Amino acid sequence: MLDYDFMRHAFAAATIVALLAGTVGYFLVLRGQTFAGHALSHVGFTGATGAVLIGVPPLWGLVVVTVLAGIGMGILGEKLAQRDVAIGMVLAFALGLGLLFLSFFTAYASQATTLLFGNVLAVDVRTVWTLLALGLLSLAIMGVIARPLLFTSLQPDLAEAKGVSLRLYGVLFLAVVALTTAESAQIVGVLLVFALMVGPAAAAQRLTTSIVAGVAVSAFLALFEAWLGITLAYYTDWPSSFWIVSLSVAVYLLSLASTRLSSLSSSRA
Amino acid sequence: MRGEITVLGAPATRGNPAIGYMPQVHRTFSGTRLRGWDFVASAVGGGRLGLPITSRDDRIEIDRVLDLVSARTLAKRPLLEISGGERQRLLLAQSLIGNPRLLLLDEPLVSLDPRHQDEVVQLVKTLQQQLGITVLFSAHELNPLVGTMDRVLYLGAGHAELGTVDDVITTPVLSRLYGSEIDVVRVDGRVFVMSGGHHLEEHHTGPHSHPHA
Repeated sequence: MLDYDFMRHAFAAATIVALLAGTVGYFLVLRGQTFAGHALSHVGFTGATGAVLIGVPPLWGLVVVTVLAGIGMGILGEKLAQRDVAIGMVLAFALGLGLLFLSFFTAYASQATTLLFGNVLAVDVRTVWTLLALGLLSLAIMGVIARPLLFTSLQPDLAEAKGVSLRLYGVLFLAVVALTTAESAQIVGVLLVFALMVGPAAAAQRLTTSIVAGVAVSAFLALFEAWLGITLAYYTDWPSSFWIVSLSVAVYLLSLASTRLSSLSSSRA
Repeated sequence: MRGEITVLGAPATRGNPAIGYMPQVHRTFSGTRLRGWDFVASAVGGGRLGLPITSRDDRIEIDRVLDLVSARTLAKRPLLEISGGERQRLLLAQSLIGNPRLLLLDEPLVSLDPRHQDEVVQLVKTLQQQLGITVLFSAHELNPLVGTMDRVLYLGAGHAELGTVDDVITTPVLSRLYGSEIDVVRVDGRVFVMSGGHHLEEHHTGPHSHPHA
């Protein structure tokens, strides 16, 4: 299986993206901001199709537009809460605009499917390097802000009283979420970024009781699901995104069951 | 109105480390099994950049504040599984990080049953005396606090009255505060505030505890 260049590229890309998505996703779930990841990916679709229209690689369009949208969401912050109708309309419009951009070029259908559902087997070596550079940048930012980010996530009122800026870390974090969304979209497409960013992280939240273990388990699960998904795609010829999403859902359901079991046994003890 | 605000003898500043603060927490932590220890620990040097890894000194400080509220065992359990009163103990421990001299507690009795309310009040009183600190404790309900507070700041209908419980919680003072007939009834050392026979629900007490009062 690893004799093929495209398979080696696929595994390399999936490794980079899964480790990043698992790590960032843990904080995303802890902060209750999973919807932000979803929203950013929709906006990213417009960026990707717009980029193709002007002859730029779609990944760059994704990165630029999601990061700008992430920073914007971070600055608006609290004002966006409880605005689900307005946000939903903006997202619908973003997808509609993306569709318009797509209709302007000819390789319409295959390009659309790749953007929406991903195709990790089509990742070239140049994209792998880009993913590595952006992934390292994102993890470096996380390494710097993780501690205050955690404080502002768990105890925002106290953090603010201690002079820690909620907005600063909220904006920086959403910028990292945007980069992670753009990266994840390369693997599973904009519609399925939840599979890598939320599924493993939500399972890790249920399986662990400490932050360090949680982040480690989340990154490991994302990696496991991505690798196994690609392997299954190779042997079955079914789309890799389908397998990754299915594994993500299965692992999450298993984590629910294990919590159920452990609370049953502890109540019996 | 003009005036000057000083905190512990110095001008008020943002993020003053001499002030400990216990906010109200509305989060339920329903989707996570995160344990209390990590929650408390997040506030130790929480503003420092870098990875959220605790140093030896951090862990000593965390153990110290957990011991103050006898919550070392409790902190090993997921936040999701502990009761409201137990959660207040962890929050109290968190507010004691860094040895504050003034403790601000924002409605620590909200949504606790009477037994847990008593436990929180007794614990706060014990800490106040043991550490020799000043505690500002806001509450809606006066009765759980009678006997433990040194001074009360009563807020009602846009006015305020500061003094001892015996000075402030009286029929004439409260009637003046509200501008209507208020009855204060004392039974077995407990105080009931009634308006036209109804138990009043206005935001009312801000009892202080002073170390030397």
